[in-house]
Amino acid sequence: MLKGKHLIDPQDFSVEELDEIFDLAEEIIKKPEDFTNVCDGKLLGTLFFEPSTRTRLSFESAMLRLGGKVVGFSEPNSSSVAKGENLPDTIRTVAAYTDIIAMRHPKEGAPRYGSQYSDVPLINAGDGGHQHPTQTLTDLLTIRVAKGKMTDLTIGLCGDLKFGRTVHSLIKAMSRYENVKFILISPNELKTPKYIKAEILDRKSLDYVEVEKLEDVIEQLDILYMTRVQKERFFNEADYIRLKDSYILDNAKLKTAKDDLTILHPLPRVNEISMEIDSDPRAWYFKQTKYGMFVRMALIAKLLGVR
Amino acid sequence: MLNINSITKGIVIDHIKPGYGIMIFEYLKLDKADFTVALIMNATSKKYGRKDIIKIENELDIDLAMLGFIDPNITVNIIENEKITEKINLSLPDRVESIIECKNPRCITSVERGITHKFVLIDEDKGIYKCEYCDQIYSWEG
Repeated sequence: MLKGKHLIDPQDFSVEELDEIFDLAEEIIKKPEDFTNVCDGKLLGTLFFEPSTRTRLSFESAMLRLGGKVVGFSEPNSSSVAKGENLPDTIRTVAAYTDIIAMRHPKEGAPRYGSQYSDVPLINAGDGGHQHPTQTLTDLLTIRVAKGKMTDLTIGLCGDLKFGRTVHSLIKAMSRYENVKFILISPNELKTPKYIKAEILDRKSLDYVEVEKLEDVIEQLDILYMTRVQKERFFNEADYIRLKDSYILDNAKLKTAKDDLTILHPLPRVNEISMEIDSDPRAWYFKQTKYGMFVRMALIAKLLGVR
Repeated sequence: MLNINSITKGIVIDHIKPGYGIMIFEYLKLDKADFTVALIMNATSKKYGRKDIIKIENELDIDLAMLGFIDPNITVNIIENEKITEKINLSLPDRVESIIECKNPRCITSVERGITHKFVLIDEDKGIYKCEYCDQIYSWEG
């Protein structure tokens, strides 16, 4: 039963609860016109203590497409927070006005703290470098739609695997499904942190390998999750020059890839996926961002208990 | 050999790791006590070689979770009529509140007024806790 729950960490929901959300999301994808009034009379509060236009628009579009309405702020200077109000008071106030809250905050753990003072469902819309559970839900739904299953997959994660929170959450989330193999593709400086490997991959005895070059492994992949590698993350110029092209996906690298490869990216991209790939049927990243809205629609409907 | 009289009614906190006795003494505010208290440091211990002991000639409400967090090997003996009536073996508590502070500068606890620092035990063998808000790891052994 998801009604009334908060979503703070992707692990807050069981695999069965996630399936419930994904089932509804797939229904919405098939027939969005059946859902245009399900949140009639309901109000979403979007509390963005730091700006994130893309995530806010996704939440707002989701609520509006369900027939609900939206209030909120997109940066704290325009709210009572600027006057020095503490977080519990802000949350209590907004919870009194709205039926559900989506909250983004630069400090890690702020949504967990805020949820303790909210008697309406509170969704973490990103807390610093910590968690971004609706991005994880987006990634999982896209994988489910693209592959028709969540098991028996080889997933390549490419780019900055050290600082990328979406990658860490995805590894955690996918580790709950059977027979998933991870190929971790990154420069030495940006390898997956030891604690992720120890806590998740080693503890669950999951199959994984770490490599430096995408072209060495691309033919094995069912899913390729690209992230951005920033020059300033490298320790020296020589390594950057040696490796920079390994983390840019283009047609040449795709030559040996499977025909049913699914290419994902949390967006925004800079240059890590060449624009020549955009028209390739294996490019799923724009569909992925659309599924992000659909999965938020399903999530809102479930937490409000209207479906 | 130093001789400390046995107590009639009160508490003996035994098997304290050497050096930790003073920390517990201060935590329990025993320096302000108006009853008989003894802090024994570096006593001989069959089990550990050396240990600290605190004897308190009074009834006292002790936060056992806190004591367990300082040293899970501590034994608390309740004394009535010069006899041990209850022996409590401590362990690392599942949760600690307001005892340690999260050191992560990006954690919400670093900026919010009046927030309670909370940690949850995630690995009993290694004594590892994590901040309930930001998941920052705190290792009991430092």
